Amino acid sequence: MSAAAGSATPASDEDHFRYVLRLADTSLVLGQRLSEWVGHAPALEEDLALGNIALDLIGEARLLLAHAGRIEGRGREEDQLAFLRDAPEFYNVALAEQPNGDFGATIVRQALLDAWQLELYHSLTASTDERLAEIAAKTLKECRYHWRFSCGWLVRLGDGTAESHARAQEALDALWRFTEELITPDALDVRMASCGIAPPLAVVRGRWETRIGAALGEATLLQPSSEHYPWHGKSGVHTEHLGHLLGEMQHLQRTYPGVTW
Amino acid sequence: MPLDAAPLERRVWEALEAVLDPEIPVLSVVELGIVRHVRRADDGRLHVGITPTYSGCPATEVIERSIREALEQEGLSEVVIDTVLWPAWTSQWLSEAGRRKLEAFGIAVERSPARSPACPRCGSGAVERLSEFGSTPCKAHYRCTSCLEPFDTFKCI
Repeated sequence: MSAAAGSATPASDEDHFRYVLRLADTSLVLGQRLSEWVGHAPALEEDLALGNIALDLIGEARLLLAHAGRIEGRGREEDQLAFLRDAPEFYNVALAEQPNGDFGATIVRQALLDAWQLELYHSLTASTDERLAEIAAKTLKECRYHWRFSCGWLVRLGDGTAESHARAQEALDALWRFTEELITPDALDVRMASCGIAPPLAVVRGRWETRIGAALGEATLLQPSSEHYPWHGKSGVHTEHLGHLLGEMQHLQRTYPGVTW
Repeated sequence: MPLDAAPLERRVWEALEAVLDPEIPVLSVVELGIVRHVRRADDGRLHVGITPTYSGCPATEVIERSIREALEQEGLSEVVIDTVLWPAWTSQWLSEAGRRKLEAFGIAVERSPARSPACPRCGSGAVERLSEFGSTPCKAHYRCTSCLEPFDTFKCI
């Protein structure tokens, strides 16, 4: 059921719900990952930075999850969506769930995703879903300084010592295969673009490649030549890491359902 | 407060001027620029629109509760709080009085992303940014190279 790009096909609620969940889950999972750094980062300033970025991402996820819950119309609120779904019902891109590794690997993952979110949310400010456009405008401001942080560190590590360069390059080589699904549309992306809720992913792809290409050049890092590998995190097919992350994140709500403080 | 505010709305704005930001207790929510509207809507209930400074700011929920409590003391209990996301909050909405209070409290204010703030302690313009992130989402961390004191700066977004 793929709609031709350009025709104004109304979105089904199921599609719309799932697309907003994709956005929410990517921010939520990445925020949860980054929060694992709190108390462990190499310097106090970076500890605060990673914690603050995690907080922004979780805040964005809350707005998106609440919106998704309203679209679904079954009375599920942000907490139920965050804490009571299992891994196959999460639709984040698989790059977001990859383990932190060392500080360099975290920075590489962050730069790849910050550049993508920056370009995606920039386009989403023109979404025909007004609430999504409002959330995108808010999120975009935050994406800009997240990118300044991760791009700044990418350059310092890549163009730094032999050790920092080697570690950043190694992380880039390992993570690059997960970037395919960020920029290649699947059937849902095509349907969302055809009704104007999402931008055509080809536009995001072009801008992302330019931004990342320039940053890697400045960082003296080589863009891996290996083929992209198509992961399907956004369809609910994840690497083994997501289940462990959710186990920790959901533990309290699963053990004591409905607990509040 | 809009100059043509009706008496009830005027009372609400005045009450809100006493509601302080829990993280920066020298600033009221009005001076912070997060109160976007006060009006009696078609449903007959009083609506107060507030906008978050940052999506993940943990103070947002405390602020909502403080606003409800302040208005309850005014005898207004059926208040609806609307979360307004558009237009997104900008540090330009910080009032002039708010800027002065922040500076007196020891928190500098970035006037533009391209211009460094002056040290709130000695006034020197010789400062360096230590981190774009600080003790709360809205602040960056600087150090004065004249008096050598570190200080918080309200970020320009």
